[in-house]
Amino acid sequence: MSRETLIDLLYLFSATTFVLALKGLGSPKRARMGNGVAALGMLVAIVATFFKYVDGHALHHVGLILLAMAIGVIVAVPTARFVKMTAMPQLVAIFNGVGGGAAALVSITEFVHIKATHPATYVTLEVLLGVLIGTVSFSGSAIAFAKLQELMTGRPVTYPGQQVLNGIFGLGAVVLIVIILSTNSTPLLWVLLGLAFILGIAFVLPIGGADVPVLISLLNSFTGLAVAASGFTLGSNLLIVAGTLVGASGILLTRLMSKAMGRSLANVLFSAFGSNVTASGDTERADGRSVRSGTPEDVGVLLNYSSRVVVIPGYGLAVAQAQHVVRELAEELEKKGIEVFFAIHPVAGRMPGHMNVLLAEANVPYEQLVEMDEANSELQTADVALVVGANDTVNPAAKDDKSSPIYGMPIINADLAENVIFLKRSMRPGFAGIENELLYNPKTMLVFGDAKDTLTKILATVKNG
Amino acid sequence: MGNVLLQYATVLVLSIFVGIEIIAKVPSILHTPLMSGSNAIHGVILVGSMLVLGSANTNLEEVLGFLAVILATLNVVGGFVVTDRMLEMFKAKSPKAPAKKTDEVAQ
Repeated sequence: MSRETLIDLLYLFSATTFVLALKGLGSPKRARMGNGVAALGMLVAIVATFFKYVDGHALHHVGLILLAMAIGVIVAVPTARFVKMTAMPQLVAIFNGVGGGAAALVSITEFVHIKATHPATYVTLEVLLGVLIGTVSFSGSAIAFAKLQELMTGRPVTYPGQQVLNGIFGLGAVVLIVIILSTNSTPLLWVLLGLAFILGIAFVLPIGGADVPVLISLLNSFTGLAVAASGFTLGSNLLIVAGTLVGASGILLTRLMSKAMGRSLANVLFSAFGSNVTASGDTERADGRSVRSGTPEDVGVLLNYSSRVVVIPGYGLAVAQAQHVVRELAEELEKKGIEVFFAIHPVAGRMPGHMNVLLAEANVPYEQLVEMDEANSELQTADVALVVGANDTVNPAAKDDKSSPIYGMPIINADLAENVIFLKRSMRPGFAGIENELLYNPKTMLVFGDAKDTLTKILATVKNG
Repeated sequence: MGNVLLQYATVLVLSIFVGIEIIAKVPSILHTPLMSGSNAIHGVILVGSMLVLGSANTNLEEVLGFLAVILATLNVVGGFVVTDRMLEMFKAKSPKAPAKKTDEVAQ
Protein backbone atom coordinates (compact mmCIF):
# COMPACT_ATOMS: atom_id res chain seq x y z
CA MET A 1 0.00 0.00 0.00
CA SER A 2 1.40 3.37 -0.91
CA ARG A 3 2.01 6.08 1.63
CA GLU A 4 -0.73 8.30 0.18
CA THR A 5 -3.31 5.52 0.32
CA LEU A 6 -2.49 4.82 3.93
CA ILE A 7 -2.82 8.51 4.83
CA ASP A 8 -6.14 8.70 2.99
CA LEU A 9 -7.36 5.66 4.91
CA LEU A 10 -6.41 7.33 8.18
CA TYR A 11 -8.32 10.44 7.05
CA LEU A 12 -11.31 8.22 6.35
CA PHE A 13 -11.03 6.89 9.89
CA SER A 14 -10.99 10.48 11.21
CA ALA A 15 -14.02 11.49 9.17
CA THR A 16 -15.87 8.46 10.56
CA THR A 17 -15.05 9.44 14.14
CA PHE A 18 -16.45 12.92 13.49
CA VAL A 19 -19.76 11.47 12.34
CA LEU A 20 -19.90 9.14 15.33
CA ALA A 21 -18.98 12.01 17.65
CA LEU A 22 -21.79 14.25 16.44
CA LYS A 23 -24.15 11.32 16.84
CA GLY A 24 -22.89 10.67 20.37
CA LEU A 25 -23.19 14.32 21.37
CA GLY A 26 -26.91 14.00 20.86
CA SER A 27 -27.37 11.67 23.80
CA PRO A 28 -26.46 12.47 27.42
CA LYS A 29 -24.95 9.05 28.04
CA ARG A 30 -22.60 8.96 25.09
CA ALA A 31 -21.82 12.66 24.75
CA ARG A 32 -18.52 12.68 26.58
CA MET A 33 -17.32 9.57 24.83
CA GLY A 34 -18.34 11.10 21.52
CA ASN A 35 -16.18 14.10 22.17
CA GLY A 36 -13.25 11.86 23.08
CA VAL A 37 -13.69 9.81 19.92
CA ALA A 38 -13.59 12.97 17.80
CA ALA A 39 -10.45 14.14 19.61
CA LEU A 40 -8.81 10.80 18.84
CA GLY A 41 -9.81 11.09 15.18
CA MET A 42 -8.40 14.60 15.07
CA LEU A 43 -5.11 13.45 16.55
CA VAL A 44 -4.82 10.67 13.97
CA ALA A 45 -5.49 13.14 11.15
CA ILE A 46 -2.88 15.59 12.41
CA VAL A 47 -0.18 12.96 12.88
CA ALA A 48 -0.92 11.47 9.45
CA THR A 49 -0.61 14.91 7.85
CA PHE A 50 3.00 15.19 9.01
CA PHE A 51 3.81 12.30 6.66
CA LYS A 52 1.96 13.69 3.69
CA TYR A 53 3.63 14.78 0.46
CA VAL A 54 2.59 18.11 -1.05
CA ASP A 55 3.66 19.26 -4.50
CA GLY A 56 5.74 16.10 -4.71
CA HIS A 57 7.88 16.62 -1.63
CA ALA A 58 7.61 16.05 2.12
CA LEU A 59 6.23 18.90 4.27
CA HIS A 60 8.53 21.91 4.57
CA HIS A 61 8.83 23.96 7.73
CA VAL A 62 8.01 21.10 10.10
CA GLY A 63 9.80 23.05 12.84
CA LEU A 64 7.63 26.10 12.22
CA ILE A 65 4.49 23.94 12.24
CA LEU A 66 5.43 22.43 15.59
CA LEU A 67 6.28 25.87 17.00
CA ALA A 68 2.93 27.31 15.90
CA MET A 69 1.12 24.30 17.38
CA ALA A 70 2.98 24.69 20.65
CA ILE A 71 1.96 28.35 20.85
CA GLY A 72 -1.65 27.37 20.18
CA VAL A 73 -1.66 24.65 22.84
CA ILE A 74 0.00 26.87 25.46
CA VAL A 75 -2.66 29.53 24.97
CA ALA A 76 -5.69 27.28 24.49
CA VAL A 77 -5.39 24.74 27.31
CA PRO A 78 -5.27 27.12 30.31
CA THR A 79 -7.93 29.33 28.73
CA ALA A 80 -10.28 26.43 28.14
CA ARG A 81 -9.57 24.78 31.49
CA PHE A 82 -9.77 27.67 33.90
CA VAL A 83 -12.28 30.13 32.52
CA LYS A 84 -15.42 30.22 34.69
CA MET A 85 -18.33 28.04 33.59
CA THR A 86 -20.49 31.15 33.34
CA ALA A 87 -18.13 32.47 30.65
CA MET A 88 -18.50 29.33 28.54
CA PRO A 89 -20.56 30.91 25.72
CA GLN A 90 -18.00 33.59 24.94
CA LEU A 91 -15.27 30.96 25.03
CA VAL A 92 -17.08 28.93 22.39
CA ALA A 93 -17.48 32.15 20.38
CA ILE A 94 -13.79 32.94 20.41
CA PHE A 95 -12.64 29.40 19.61
CA ASN A 96 -15.07 29.41 16.73
CA GLY A 97 -13.80 32.78 15.54
CA VAL A 98 -10.18 31.65 15.38
CA GLY A 99 -11.29 28.59 13.39
CA GLY A 100 -12.96 30.90 10.87
CA GLY A 101 -9.82 33.03 10.78
CA ALA A 102 -7.69 29.95 10.14
CA ALA A 103 -9.97 28.85 7.29
CA ALA A 104 -9.72 32.31 5.70
CA LEU A 105 -5.92 32.31 6.05
CA VAL A 106 -5.64 28.85 4.51
CA SER A 107 -7.69 30.00 1.53
CA ILE A 108 -5.62 33.16 1.09
CA THR A 109 -2.32 31.31 1.36
CA GLU A 110 -3.48 28.76 -1.16
CA PHE A 111 -4.51 31.55 -3.53
CA VAL A 112 -1.06 33.10 -3.29
CA HIS A 113 0.50 29.68 -3.76
CA ILE A 114 -1.37 28.56 -6.85
CA LYS A 115 -1.91 31.92 -8.53
CA ALA A 116 1.11 31.56 -10.82
CA THR A 117 -0.32 28.32 -12.23
CA HIS A 118 -3.50 30.09 -13.43
CA PRO A 119 -6.00 27.89 -11.59
CA ALA A 120 -9.41 27.08 -13.00
CA THR A 121 -12.17 29.56 -12.24
CA TYR A 122 -13.93 27.18 -9.89
CA VAL A 123 -10.79 26.84 -7.79
CA THR A 124 -10.55 30.61 -7.41
CA LEU A 125 -14.24 30.72 -6.52
CA GLU A 126 -13.69 28.19 -3.72
CA VAL A 127 -10.80 30.27 -2.41
CA LEU A 128 -12.86 33.46 -2.41
CA LEU A 129 -15.81 31.81 -0.69
CA GLY A 130 -13.46 30.42 1.94
CA VAL A 131 -12.01 33.88 2.53
CA LEU A 132 -15.41 35.57 2.65
CA ILE A 133 -17.18 33.10 4.95
CA GLY A 134 -14.19 32.47 7.18
CA THR A 135 -13.55 36.16 7.73
CA VAL A 136 -17.21 36.96 8.43
CA SER A 137 -17.15 34.19 11.02
CA PHE A 138 -13.94 35.59 12.52
CA SER A 139 -14.99 39.21 12.93
CA GLY A 140 -18.57 38.28 13.79
CA SER A 141 -17.41 35.94 16.55
CA ALA A 142 -15.10 38.64 17.88
CA ILE A 143 -18.05 41.02 18.27
CA ALA A 144 -20.19 38.25 19.80
CA PHE A 145 -17.37 37.63 22.27
CA ALA A 146 -17.15 41.34 23.10
CA LYS A 147 -20.91 41.45 23.69
CA LEU A 148 -20.99 38.44 26.00
CA GLN A 149 -17.85 39.50 27.84
CA GLU A 150 -19.48 42.93 28.30
CA LEU A 151 -16.59 44.69 26.62
CA MET A 152 -19.35 46.49 24.75
CA THR A 153 -23.11 46.77 25.20
CA GLY A 154 -24.85 43.42 24.98
CA ARG A 155 -27.91 45.05 23.48
CA PRO A 156 -28.52 45.39 19.76
CA VAL A 157 -26.65 48.29 18.18
CA THR A 158 -28.80 49.92 15.53
CA TYR A 159 -28.54 53.01 13.35
CA PRO A 160 -30.65 54.40 10.53
CA GLY A 161 -30.27 52.62 7.22
CA GLN A 162 -28.49 49.70 8.84
CA GLN A 163 -30.17 46.97 6.84
CA VAL A 164 -29.64 48.86 3.58
CA LEU A 165 -25.98 49.40 4.41
CA ASN A 166 -25.55 45.72 5.29
CA GLY A 167 -27.21 44.83 2.00
CA ILE A 168 -24.72 47.06 0.18
CA PHE A 169 -21.79 45.39 1.97
CA GLY A 170 -23.09 41.96 0.99
CA LEU A 171 -23.67 43.00 -2.61
CA GLY A 172 -20.24 44.65 -2.72
CA ALA A 173 -18.65 41.36 -1.65
CA VAL A 174 -20.43 39.48 -4.45
CA VAL A 175 -19.38 42.05 -7.08
CA LEU A 176 -15.81 41.95 -5.82
CA ILE A 177 -15.77 38.15 -6.10
CA VAL A 178 -16.94 38.35 -9.72
CA ILE A 179 -14.21 40.89 -10.54
CA ILE A 180 -11.48 38.83 -8.87
CA LEU A 181 -12.66 35.73 -10.73
CA SER A 182 -12.01 37.44 -14.06
CA THR A 183 -8.81 39.29 -13.12
CA ASN A 184 -7.13 36.98 -10.56
CA SER A 185 -5.97 40.16 -8.82
CA THR A 186 -4.19 39.71 -5.48
CA PRO A 187 -4.67 43.34 -4.31
CA LEU A 188 -8.42 42.95 -4.75
CA LEU A 189 -8.26 39.80 -2.61
CA TRP A 190 -7.06 41.99 0.27
CA VAL A 191 -9.95 44.38 -0.39
CA LEU A 192 -12.34 41.42 -0.20
CA LEU A 193 -10.74 40.40 3.07
CA GLY A 194 -11.30 43.89 4.51
CA LEU A 195 -14.86 44.05 3.25
CA ALA A 196 -15.65 40.60 4.71
CA PHE A 197 -14.23 41.75 8.03
CA ILE A 198 -16.55 44.79 8.06
CA LEU A 199 -19.48 42.68 6.88
CA GLY A 200 -19.04 40.30 9.82
CA ILE A 201 -19.11 43.18 12.29
CA ALA A 202 -22.04 44.93 10.63
CA PHE A 203 -24.04 41.70 10.50
CA VAL A 204 -23.59 40.97 14.20
CA LEU A 205 -24.00 44.46 15.70
CA PRO A 206 -27.82 44.56 15.55
CA ILE A 207 -28.12 41.16 17.25
CA GLY A 208 -28.08 41.30 21.01
CA GLY A 209 -29.21 39.98 24.33
CA ALA A 210 -30.55 36.46 24.46
CA ASP A 211 -30.08 36.10 20.71
CA VAL A 212 -26.28 36.07 20.81
CA PRO A 213 -26.04 32.29 21.50
CA VAL A 214 -28.16 31.58 18.43
CA LEU A 215 -25.82 33.82 16.50
CA ILE A 216 -22.78 31.92 17.75
CA SER A 217 -24.35 28.69 16.58
CA LEU A 218 -24.86 30.23 13.14
CA LEU A 219 -21.29 31.52 12.98
CA ASN A 220 -20.14 28.05 14.02
CA SER A 221 -21.96 26.69 11.03
CA PHE A 222 -20.32 29.38 8.82
CA THR A 223 -16.88 28.31 9.94
CA GLY A 224 -17.78 24.74 8.98
CA LEU A 225 -18.71 25.94 5.49
CA ALA A 226 -15.49 27.94 5.20
CA VAL A 227 -13.54 24.80 6.15
CA ALA A 228 -15.43 22.84 3.50
CA ALA A 229 -14.53 25.51 0.92
CA SER A 230 -10.85 25.20 1.87
CA GLY A 231 -11.25 21.45 1.50
CA PHE A 232 -12.31 21.93 -2.13
CA THR A 233 -9.31 24.15 -2.81
CA LEU A 234 -6.82 21.82 -1.15
CA GLY A 235 -8.46 18.72 -2.57
CA SER A 236 -9.06 17.21 0.86
CA ASN A 237 -12.05 14.97 1.38
CA LEU A 238 -11.51 15.11 5.13
CA LEU A 239 -11.94 18.88 5.25
CA ILE A 240 -14.97 18.72 2.98
CA VAL A 241 -16.67 16.05 5.11
CA ALA A 242 -15.90 17.64 8.49
CA GLY A 243 -16.67 21.18 7.35
CA THR A 244 -19.94 20.19 5.71
CA LEU A 245 -21.05 18.08 8.67
CA VAL A 246 -20.58 21.07 10.96
CA GLY A 247 -22.09 23.48 8.46
CA ALA A 248 -25.23 21.41 7.93
CA SER A 249 -25.78 20.31 11.51
CA GLY A 250 -24.96 23.84 12.69
CA ILE A 251 -27.71 25.39 10.62
CA LEU A 252 -30.19 22.82 11.90
CA LEU A 253 -29.05 23.42 15.48
CA THR A 254 -29.42 27.16 14.99
CA ARG A 255 -33.01 26.64 13.88
CA LEU A 256 -33.73 24.37 16.86
CA MET A 257 -32.36 27.05 19.17
CA SER A 258 -34.48 29.83 17.73
CA LYS A 259 -37.47 27.50 17.92
CA ALA A 260 -36.82 27.01 21.65
CA MET A 261 -37.35 30.77 21.97
CA GLY A 262 -40.53 30.63 19.90
CA ARG A 263 -39.07 32.72 17.09
CA SER A 264 -37.93 32.23 13.53
CA LEU A 265 -34.28 32.44 12.59
CA ALA A 266 -34.94 35.43 10.33
CA ASN A 267 -36.58 37.20 13.26
CA VAL A 268 -33.53 36.51 15.43
CA LEU A 269 -31.10 37.80 12.83
CA PHE A 270 -32.82 40.85 11.44
CA SER A 271 -35.26 42.28 13.96
CA ALA A 272 -32.75 43.95 16.35
CA PHE A 273 -34.73 42.25 19.09
CA GLY A 274 -34.79 44.01 22.44
CA SER A 275 -33.31 47.25 21.18
CA ASN A 276 -36.24 49.13 22.68
CA VAL A 277 -36.00 48.77 26.41
CA THR A 278 -39.62 48.99 27.43
CA ALA A 279 -39.23 48.43 31.13
CA SER A 280 -39.12 51.45 33.36
CA GLY A 281 -37.18 49.85 36.19
CA ASP A 282 -39.36 51.60 38.81
CA THR A 283 -40.95 49.90 41.77
CA GLU A 284 -44.15 51.83 41.22
CA ARG A 285 -46.03 52.19 38.00
CA ALA A 286 -48.10 54.93 36.46
CA ASP A 287 -51.30 53.03 37.20
CA GLY A 288 -50.46 53.02 40.89
CA ARG A 289 -49.69 49.32 41.22
CA SER A 290 -46.46 48.68 43.00
CA VAL A 291 -44.38 45.69 43.86
CA ARG A 292 -44.40 44.00 47.25
CA SER A 293 -40.99 43.47 48.71
CA GLY A 294 -39.99 41.26 51.60
CA THR A 295 -37.00 40.10 53.58
CA PRO A 296 -35.05 36.83 53.32
CA GLU A 297 -36.49 35.87 56.72
CA ASP A 298 -40.05 36.16 55.36
CA VAL A 299 -39.07 33.79 52.60
CA GLY A 300 -37.43 31.33 55.00
CA VAL A 301 -40.57 31.13 57.11
CA LEU A 302 -42.77 30.73 54.05
CA LEU A 303 -40.57 27.90 52.75
CA ASN A 304 -40.74 26.09 56.07
CA TYR A 305 -44.52 25.97 55.82
CA SER A 306 -44.53 24.72 52.25
CA SER A 307 -44.74 21.17 51.05
CA ARG A 308 -43.66 21.67 47.46
CA VAL A 309 -41.17 24.23 46.20
CA VAL A 310 -40.12 24.86 42.61
CA VAL A 311 -36.90 26.77 42.11
CA ILE A 312 -36.66 28.61 38.79
CA PRO A 313 -33.04 29.57 38.21
CA GLY A 314 -31.82 32.09 35.66
CA TYR A 315 -28.56 33.59 34.64
CA GLY A 316 -28.59 35.90 37.69
CA LEU A 317 -28.05 32.80 39.85
CA ALA A 318 -24.89 31.99 37.93
CA VAL A 319 -23.63 35.56 38.03
CA ALA A 320 -24.02 35.61 41.81
CA GLN A 321 -22.25 32.21 41.98
CA ALA A 322 -25.20 31.04 44.06
CA GLN A 323 -25.48 27.50 42.63
CA HIS A 324 -23.93 25.95 45.71
CA VAL A 325 -26.05 27.84 48.22
CA VAL A 326 -29.22 27.01 46.34
CA ARG A 327 -28.23 23.34 46.36
CA GLU A 328 -27.68 23.49 50.14
CA LEU A 329 -31.06 25.15 50.56
CA ALA A 330 -32.70 22.42 48.49
CA GLU A 331 -31.01 19.72 50.59
CA GLU A 332 -32.13 21.38 53.81
CA LEU A 333 -35.72 21.59 52.59
CA GLU A 334 -35.67 17.97 51.44
CA LYS A 335 -34.50 16.96 54.91
CA LYS A 336 -37.63 18.55 56.29
CA GLY A 337 -39.70 16.49 53.86
CA ILE A 338 -40.40 19.36 51.52
CA GLU A 339 -40.31 18.44 47.85
CA VAL A 340 -37.95 20.56 45.76
CA PHE A 341 -37.66 20.78 41.98
CA PHE A 342 -35.54 22.93 39.73
CA ALA A 343 -37.48 24.08 36.71
CA ILE A 344 -35.11 24.57 33.82
CA HIS A 345 -36.21 26.69 30.90
CA PRO A 346 -34.58 25.53 27.65
CA VAL A 347 -32.86 28.89 27.20
CA ALA A 348 -32.15 29.65 30.87
CA GLY A 349 -28.65 30.98 31.27
CA ARG A 350 -26.83 32.27 28.25
CA MET A 351 -27.18 29.20 26.04
CA PRO A 352 -29.54 26.25 25.79
CA GLY A 353 -28.48 23.73 28.41
CA HIS A 354 -26.19 26.22 30.13
CA MET A 355 -28.20 26.11 33.37
CA ASN A 356 -28.11 22.29 33.52
CA VAL A 357 -24.35 22.44 33.27
CA LEU A 358 -24.06 25.05 36.01
CA LEU A 359 -26.36 23.18 38.41
CA ALA A 360 -24.72 19.84 37.66
CA GLU A 361 -21.41 21.46 38.52
CA ALA A 362 -22.88 22.38 41.92
CA ASN A 363 -23.93 18.73 42.45
CA VAL A 364 -27.66 19.27 42.22
CA PRO A 365 -29.01 15.74 41.67
CA TYR A 366 -30.13 15.17 38.11
CA GLU A 367 -33.59 13.92 39.07
CA GLN A 368 -34.40 17.25 40.70
CA LEU A 369 -33.95 19.05 37.40
CA VAL A 370 -37.19 19.11 35.45
CA GLU A 371 -37.72 20.49 31.98
CA MET A 372 -40.21 23.18 31.18
CA ASP A 373 -43.29 21.11 30.34
CA GLU A 374 -42.98 18.91 33.38
CA ALA A 375 -42.26 21.95 35.53
CA ASN A 376 -45.46 23.59 34.40
CA SER A 377 -47.53 20.66 35.60
CA GLU A 378 -45.62 20.53 38.92
CA LEU A 379 -46.20 24.24 39.44
CA GLN A 380 -49.97 23.83 39.61
CA THR A 381 -49.61 22.11 42.96
CA ALA A 382 -46.59 24.04 44.20
CA ASP A 383 -46.75 26.27 47.23
CA VAL A 384 -43.82 28.41 46.29
CA ALA A 385 -42.13 29.29 43.02
CA LEU A 386 -38.72 30.66 43.92
CA VAL A 387 -37.39 32.64 40.97
CA VAL A 388 -33.67 33.20 41.35
CA GLY A 389 -32.16 35.62 38.89
CA ALA A 390 -34.56 34.76 36.08
CA ASN A 391 -36.91 37.17 34.41
CA ASP A 392 -37.82 36.75 30.75
CA THR A 393 -38.33 32.99 31.06
CA VAL A 394 -41.21 33.53 33.52
CA ASN A 395 -42.67 36.61 31.89
CA PRO A 396 -46.40 36.06 31.28
CA ALA A 397 -46.28 38.67 28.50
CA ALA A 398 -45.01 35.82 26.33
CA LYS A 399 -48.48 34.24 26.69
CA ASP A 400 -50.88 37.18 26.91
CA ASP A 401 -49.38 40.26 25.33
CA LYS A 402 -49.43 40.08 21.56
CA SER A 403 -47.46 43.32 21.30
CA SER A 404 -44.63 42.02 23.42
CA PRO A 405 -41.42 41.17 21.58
CA ILE A 406 -41.22 37.85 23.38
CA TYR A 407 -44.83 36.91 22.56
CA GLY A 408 -44.97 33.23 21.67
CA MET A 409 -41.88 32.16 23.60
CA PRO A 410 -42.72 29.17 25.79
CA ILE A 411 -42.32 30.14 29.45
CA ILE A 412 -42.35 28.56 32.86
CA ASN A 413 -45.70 29.42 34.41
CA ALA A 414 -44.43 30.60 37.77
CA ASP A 415 -47.74 32.37 38.34
CA LEU A 416 -49.49 29.00 38.77
CA ALA A 417 -47.87 28.52 42.20
CA GLU A 418 -49.54 29.75 45.40
CA ASN A 419 -46.72 32.21 46.04
CA VAL A 420 -44.10 33.62 43.74
CA ILE A 421 -40.84 34.88 45.14
CA PHE A 422 -38.39 36.82 43.02
CA LEU A 423 -34.82 37.19 44.15
CA LYS A 424 -33.56 40.14 42.14
CA ARG A 425 -30.63 42.46 42.23
CA SER A 426 -32.74 45.42 41.20
CA MET A 427 -35.83 46.31 39.21
CA ARG A 428 -33.74 46.30 36.08
CA PRO A 429 -35.32 44.30 33.28
CA GLY A 430 -33.89 40.99 32.06
CA PHE A 431 -31.71 40.09 29.11
CA ALA A 432 -34.39 40.99 26.59
CA GLY A 433 -35.14 44.31 28.27
CA ILE A 434 -38.88 43.83 28.71
CA GLU A 435 -41.20 44.75 31.55
CA ASN A 436 -42.39 41.77 33.58
CA GLU A 437 -46.01 41.92 34.66
CA LEU A 438 -45.51 39.09 37.13
CA LEU A 439 -43.50 41.39 39.40
CA TYR A 440 -46.68 43.39 40.06
CA ASN A 441 -48.85 40.34 40.69
CA PRO A 442 -50.39 40.43 44.21
CA LYS A 443 -49.05 36.97 45.03
CA THR A 444 -45.53 37.98 44.13
CA MET A 445 -42.96 39.02 46.70
CA LEU A 446 -39.63 40.54 45.75
CA VAL A 447 -36.44 40.26 47.71
CA PHE A 448 -33.78 42.65 46.49
CA GLY A 449 -30.10 42.01 46.86
CA ASP A 450 -27.33 39.73 45.75
CA ALA A 451 -28.81 36.26 45.18
CA LYS A 452 -26.05 34.52 47.10
CA ASP A 453 -26.40 36.72 50.22
CA THR A 454 -30.17 36.46 50.14
CA LEU A 455 -30.12 32.68 49.74
CA THR A 456 -27.61 32.34 52.58
CA LYS A 457 -29.96 34.29 54.87
CA ILE A 458 -32.95 32.25 53.72
CA LEU A 459 -30.99 29.07 54.41
CA ALA A 460 -30.17 30.26 57.94
CA THR A 461 -33.86 30.96 58.65
CA VAL A 462 -34.91 27.59 57.26
CA LYS A 463 -32.35 25.82 59.44
CA ASN A 464 -33.58 27.58 62.57
CA GLY A 465 -37.26 27.27 61.73
CA MET B 1 -10.38 17.91 -13.53
CA GLY B 2 -14.13 17.94 -13.87
CA ASN B 3 -14.30 14.43 -12.46
CA VAL B 4 -12.43 15.44 -9.33
CA LEU B 5 -14.82 18.34 -8.77
CA LEU B 6 -17.76 16.01 -9.20
CA GLN B 7 -16.27 13.60 -6.69
CA TYR B 8 -15.89 16.42 -4.13
CA ALA B 9 -19.40 17.61 -4.85
CA THR B 10 -20.71 14.10 -4.18
CA VAL B 11 -18.96 14.03 -0.82
CA LEU B 12 -20.36 17.49 -0.05
CA VAL B 13 -23.95 16.59 -0.81
CA LEU B 14 -23.84 13.31 1.11
CA SER B 15 -22.23 15.05 4.08
CA ILE B 16 -25.02 17.62 4.17
CA PHE B 17 -27.57 14.85 4.53
CA VAL B 18 -25.55 13.05 7.18
CA GLY B 19 -25.05 16.32 9.10
CA ILE B 20 -28.77 17.03 9.18
CA GLU B 21 -29.75 13.44 9.91
CA ILE B 22 -27.47 12.83 12.90
CA ILE B 23 -28.59 15.76 14.98
CA ALA B 24 -32.28 15.74 14.17
CA LYS B 25 -33.32 14.61 17.65
CA VAL B 26 -31.13 16.25 20.27
CA PRO B 27 -32.54 17.23 23.68
CA SER B 28 -32.24 20.95 24.31
CA ILE B 29 -29.92 20.48 27.28
CA LEU B 30 -27.31 19.13 24.88
CA HIS B 31 -27.49 22.01 22.42
CA THR B 32 -24.59 23.83 24.02
CA PRO B 33 -22.21 20.84 24.20
CA LEU B 34 -23.19 19.88 20.66
CA MET B 35 -22.39 23.35 19.40
CA SER B 36 -19.10 23.29 21.25
CA GLY B 37 -18.25 19.78 20.01
CA SER B 38 -18.93 20.64 16.39
CA ASN B 39 -16.86 23.77 16.96
CA ALA B 40 -13.94 21.51 17.83
CA ILE B 41 -14.55 19.36 14.77
CA HIS B 42 -14.22 22.21 12.30
CA GLY B 43 -10.82 22.71 13.89
CA VAL B 44 -9.80 20.07 11.35
CA ILE B 45 -8.79 23.16 9.36
CA LEU B 46 -5.53 22.55 11.22
CA VAL B 47 -4.79 19.83 8.67
CA GLY B 48 -5.30 22.38 5.90
CA SER B 49 -3.15 24.91 7.75
CA MET B 50 -0.32 22.39 8.06
CA LEU B 51 -0.51 21.64 4.34
CA VAL B 52 -0.30 25.29 3.29
CA LEU B 53 2.55 26.08 5.67
CA GLY B 54 4.26 22.84 4.65
CA SER B 55 4.18 23.83 1.00
CA ALA B 56 4.94 27.54 1.48
CA ASN B 57 7.47 28.94 -1.02
CA THR B 58 7.46 32.63 -0.17
CA ASN B 59 7.76 34.63 3.04
CA LEU B 60 4.18 35.82 2.69
CA GLU B 61 2.92 32.24 2.52
CA GLU B 62 5.04 31.31 5.51
CA VAL B 63 3.68 34.13 7.65
CA LEU B 64 0.06 33.46 6.67
CA GLY B 65 0.46 29.72 7.08
CA PHE B 66 2.15 30.12 10.45
CA LEU B 67 -0.73 32.29 11.70
CA ALA B 68 -3.22 29.77 10.30
CA VAL B 69 -1.62 26.91 12.23
CA ILE B 70 -1.71 28.91 15.48
CA LEU B 71 -5.37 29.88 15.06
CA ALA B 72 -6.39 26.38 14.00
CA THR B 73 -4.59 24.82 16.97
CA LEU B 74 -6.45 27.20 19.29
CA ASN B 75 -9.69 26.06 17.67
CA VAL B 76 -8.98 22.33 17.96
CA VAL B 77 -7.49 22.23 21.42
CA GLY B 78 -9.75 24.87 22.96
CA GLY B 79 -12.80 23.31 21.35
CA PHE B 80 -12.20 19.79 22.64
CA VAL B 81 -11.15 20.88 26.13
CA VAL B 82 -14.15 23.17 26.62
CA THR B 83 -16.56 20.52 25.38
CA ASP B 84 -15.03 17.92 27.65
CA ARG B 85 -15.31 20.29 30.59
CA MET B 86 -18.99 20.86 29.86
CA LEU B 87 -19.71 17.17 29.51
CA GLU B 88 -17.80 16.29 32.66
CA MET B 89 -20.76 17.85 34.48
CA PHE B 90 -23.14 15.35 32.97
CA LYS B 91 -21.37 12.24 34.13
CA ALA B 92 -22.61 12.41 37.77
CA LYS B 93 -26.05 11.73 36.41
CA SER B 94 -26.36 8.13 37.62
CA PRO B 95 -29.80 7.71 39.21
CA LYS B 96 -28.77 7.62 42.85
CA ALA B 97 -25.63 9.72 42.78
CA PRO B 98 -25.44 11.30 46.20
CA ALA B 99 -23.98 14.76 46.54
CA LYS B 100 -20.63 13.34 47.42
CA LYS B 101 -18.42 16.29 46.95
CA THR B 102 -19.02 19.41 48.97
CA ASP B 103 -16.39 21.33 47.13
CA GLU B 104 -16.84 25.03 47.55
CA VAL B 105 -15.72 26.12 44.15
CA ALA B 106 -13.75 29.27 44.60
CA GLN B 107 -15.42 31.83 42.38
